[in-house]
Formats: sequence, C-alpha cells, structure tokens
Amino acid sequence: MSASATSVPQVGSGKAPKGKVGAKASQASWVVKAVVWIIVFLWTLPTIGLLVTSFRPTTAQFNGWWNVITNPTQLTIQNYQDALTTGSNPMGGAFLNSLAVAIPATIIPILIAAFAAYAFTFMDFPGKNVLFIVIVGLLVIPNQAAFVPLFRLFNLFHLNGTFLAVWLVHIGFGMPLAVYILRNYMGTLPKAVIESAKIDGASHFTTFWRLIIPMSYPALASFAIFQFLWVWNDLFVALIFLQGEPVMTVALKALMGQQGQGYALLTAGTFVTMLLPLVVFVSLQRYFIRGMTSGAVKG
Amino acid sequence: MAADAVVDPDAPESGVWKWVKIGFFVVVAVGLIAIGTSTAGANGGLKLANALIAIVGGVLGAMVLFWLLNKLVEMLPPKWEERLKPYVFIGPAIAAIAVFLVFPAVQTVQGSFYNADLSKPVGFQNYVYLFTKDPDFKSTLVNTLLWTLIVPTVTVILGLLVATLTDKLNPVSEKYAKMFIFLPMAISLVGSAGIWKLVYDSSSGNIDPQTGELNRIGLLNAIIGFFGKDQVGWLQTVDMKLNTLCIIIVFVWTQVGYAMVLLSAAIKGVPEDTIEAGRIDGAGERRIFFSIVVPQIMPTVVTVFVTVLIGAMKVGDLVFAFGADAYNANVIGSKFITTLWTDSDLGKSSAIVVVLLIAVIPILIYQVRTFRREEAMR
Repeated sequence: MSASATSVPQVGSGKAPKGKVGAKASQASWVVKAVVWIIVFLWTLPTIGLLVTSFRPTTAQFNGWWNVITNPTQLTIQNYQDALTTGSNPMGGAFLNSLAVAIPATIIPILIAAFAAYAFTFMDFPGKNVLFIVIVGLLVIPNQAAFVPLFRLFNLFHLNGTFLAVWLVHIGFGMPLAVYILRNYMGTLPKAVIESAKIDGASHFTTFWRLIIPMSYPALASFAIFQFLWVWNDLFVALIFLQGEPVMTVALKALMGQQGQGYALLTAGTFVTMLLPLVVFVSLQRYFIRGMTSGAVKG
Repeated sequence: MAADAVVDPDAPESGVWKWVKIGFFVVVAVGLIAIGTSTAGANGGLKLANALIAIVGGVLGAMVLFWLLNKLVEMLPPKWEERLKPYVFIGPAIAAIAVFLVFPAVQTVQGSFYNADLSKPVGFQNYVYLFTKDPDFKSTLVNTLLWTLIVPTVTVILGLLVATLTDKLNPVSEKYAKMFIFLPMAISLVGSAGIWKLVYDSSSGNIDPQTGELNRIGLLNAIIGFFGKDQVGWLQTVDMKLNTLCIIIVFVWTQVGYAMVLLSAAIKGVPEDTIEAGRIDGAGERRIFFSIVVPQIMPTVVTVFVTVLIGAMKVGDLVFAFGADAYNANVIGSKFITTLWTDSDLGKSSAIVVVLLIAVIPILIYQVRTFRREEAMR
C-alpha cells in the first residue's frame, strides 16, 4: 500500500453536488451495467480462486480450483489447521507477532505526531515553514534508504530482532505522513475556538488535550488505519529488523519459498494474513477514504 | 454495510449498522487473537502481554514525556517559555524523523562508497560494478522504467473508466461495485502474490481421466488451454518482459481502487450546470466527458498519477514475493533487498538505493512546489 500523501486539490468529497455525470442513474444502459460487473468479476476472480483452493483437501489439488463447480469434492478446513499450527513458521504465532508489531507501531506515532501538528498549525516559531517543507519532501523518500544504517545502529544497542526495533523503525517511517495528515486537518479547524481558549487563559497544553485532540478524531482515525494497514502488510522492515520472530508476511514469504508443497498451505496461509486487514478495512473504510480524498484529510 | 463510505465518506451512518459492525469487528478480532494465542505454544500469552505492555507503556510514556517537557519550559521566564514551547511540541516528532529517517539516509549515501561490510572505502567501485559488470542491473533499470511508465498510466485510465461507469449505476450497485474493486488495497503485496500465483501457475496436475490430457492448475493457462495453446511460464518468461508485465498487472490490481475513489469524488464534484450547458449545445456523451469533465478533474488526475508513480518506483516486495527476481524481473526495490538479504552486500545495496534516491528527486521537487503553491492559495 502506498500511502504517500500528495495533496488532492478540491476533490469535493462529501459536500459535492450529488449530480450524476452523463446519463441519468436510472437510465444506465445494459452495456454499462454489463461492463461494470464484468470488471468487478475479473477483479474478484483471483481472490475467489484463493478462497476455494484454501478449502480443497490436498488430495484434490491436482486440477484447477474451478473444478469444484463441475465435480464438487469435499471441502475441508484441514489446510487452515495445518497453516496455523505446523511448519517452521506456524501462522498462529506469526499472527500474534504481527499484532505485537502493528498495534504499538500504530498508536505510539499518533500522539507524537499530533503534538507536532498542533505546533505547526497554531504556534509561530522560526524555521516552521522550512521544517514542514522538509517533511513534505520526506513523504517521497523511499524507506529503504534508511535500512542499512539503522540495522547497524540497532546492532550497537543489541536491538535487532526485538519488537522495540521494529516499533522504532515504523515510528520514524510513519512520522512524516502522520504529521502531514494531522496538520492538514488541524488547519481546517476554526481558529476562533483556539483564540477563545487562549483568552480564557488555557495553556497550549490544555488547549491541545481538551480541544484539539477531540476535534481531530476523524484525522487521527484516518492515519491510524493507514499506518495499521501499512505496518501489518509490510514485509521488508520485519524481514530485516525482526529476524527470529516471523510476522505473517514473513511467514507467508517463507511458505512461498517451499517448492512442491502444493497450494493447500499457501492459500490458507494467505487468507489468514488477509483476514484482519480486510475486516479493519471494510468496517472502517469511511475514515480511510476520507483520509485519501483530502490527501490526506479534509474532514 | 460499510460500502456507502466508498460513495460518500461523510454520509451519516445508521445507528444499528454501526453497532453490528463494531460487534462483528470485536468478535472477529477476539476470535483471531484466541486462535493465535492457543496455536502459538508457550510463547503465545507472553507475546500478547508484551503487546499490551507496549501499547500502555508507549502511550503513557509519550504522554509523560510531553507533560514533563511542558512543565520544564513552564518553569522558565515567560519570554523563554513562549519561545521554546513550539520546539517542545515538535521536538519528539522531529527527533524521530531525524534519527530514523534523515540521518540513516545520509549514511546510506556515504555507505554506497564502501565495500560489502562497510569496513573499507572503495570510491565509485560499487557504481562501476552495477552499471558495467552486474549481469542483472541493466534489466533492473529497464524494468523499473517499465513500471514507472505503465503502472500510473494504466491505473489512472482504468480508475477513470471504473469511476465514470459506476457513476451511471444506481447507488446500491455503485456501492458494491466500488467496494469489490477497492478491496485489494487492503491486501499485502505478499498476499497479492499468493493470490496471483494461482492465476499464473504453469505447473501440471494429474492426467484428466476424461480428456487424457494433463490438468492445468493455473487459471490463465487453463484459459489459453481452452483455445488449444500450450502452457506458458508467465512468471519465468523474460522474453518481451512477459514476467515483468504480469507482475505489473498485479500491482495495478491493487491500485485501481485508490484511483477510482479519488477520481469518482472529483467527477461527482463537477458542477452539473457545466454539463447541462454542454448538453444544450448539443455535445454527445463522449464530447462532454473529454471536453467538460476531464479538464475539470485534471488536478486530481495528476495527483493520482504522481502518488501511484511514487508507489511504483518504491515497490520491491511484490517481485521479491513472487520469487521473480531469479528470472530477471527485478526492479530497484527488489534488487536492493536481494543484494542486502541474499548477498549481504551492504555497500552495493546502499548504491542501489542511492540510484533510487536520485530517481525520486524530480518528484520530490514537484511535490514541494505543488505544496507551496497550494499553501499560497490557502
């Protein structure tokens, strides 16, 4: 997932007029309908193949998965049991490792970024604009650029292979986007509210906690989803900085490397890795989309 | 379900659905954690506790840090307090960015002039090796170029097509059509590789008792088999860059949903009266689309293009996950990881990243310029 936030000028999310461009909704021709559903079918077919294959017994894996339509074999959940518990990297343990990586790596940067975004929005200080432009530029820099020196740095402190190392890396890598999203959002909050808080004698610290954090909750949620999906789906950071404690992506890559296994374990394992992101995504997608459409946030 | 968010993220959410969703989410999450803990052996509980401690400790730690720093500057004379407080607020974020991103990136540039274990400076040797001797680097660059040309272009065109077509459907159909196309965005690139391996598979199963021929397992090969063609090793064929193109398709599959959502929002933002005016003047649907709609959504088209372009340049895990790096399908991102991970050559892998860094500089300049222009308009 590339969550690089370029700004989206006036996409008019939400408040845009709900007019249909082109033909009226009710008059969509059957050609349009057919084309759309053909595209949807093609888009979904590979995933359906994965799902069907993951429930087919190993003994039936010698022909294509679509054969279940013409001659149904008995489906089984054995593949899932095997993928979760057996092999050199059982997916069950990898699932916990992924959780142990992803949740702190999502929550910790939010708070740090929120403070910075507040200062960038509501405070004046020398170097403010330059610093923020540096952050915008860093959104483009590939994270791989930091891998080798970080690995050596962590070696000095014996941090490689610990969860702390991965958290730190993800905090650093996620920070520019977090500050960018939150600052853009806070910029849309009414300045009058902050002014009146100041007049009432509230300190910046109080204003931040009592006013800005509660008001920024949509943007905080947006970034949290971005970061969670990014960390959960990451392969390279975990591969390099968390050797010995495979997360799901690493375990899955290892499964792919084993030739001659057939697809039983691989497909079940793949589906297990997808499950949590899909649930998060489907249930929280309004925040995700809101984050995207204001590239990141309008609100 | 939550699908209405794809159409309009600001639409009010009905109360019942919200709780059904939250309930569903909690049940699935708790179920998965329970399965994970019970299958992870003796360590399971420990890891879970570890994660919980990290969450509480991390959040509390950050809160205490800010509170302490804040108290410290408040003890200073008011003039100094006013002056220093902004730096207390941005301090930790800037420190994280400096220590974990900027400083290492600078060191990487330095490391690219050192040998495999970074113990001895070697001048430009890594670069000379990559560009003249490395058997794979030239094709890596060509592949990366193909990715950067094809991925954003195809993604924008398909995204625009889907956004335009779904806009003509009734709202319920629009919702679900969009949700299915959007879904691959949530799947990791390793997972996507797992899914598409089944499509591109070129191995054979058993002999079919009815036809007497070998069964094909890969979907694509089965389809061309239907037309009497031989199996093709989609991921192994270097000719015509077939394997690279096949992997590009997978990446486009994950990105079109993103393009669709942004472009769809832009299309819905086009004022109805400009379209009406075109219609009154007798323009056909196609003319209206290209002469009225497209120019008005151009800023969004450019944004989507640039964002997907950046993603395509950095991508590496997809090629790596397919194992296609063994078949000359490397891009810079995957070449980097194989050089670092498989060959353990820190100097050369640094040099590879530096090539990527140089390649993103024009985009970086473009981004900063766009940002400044927008700030000026605020």
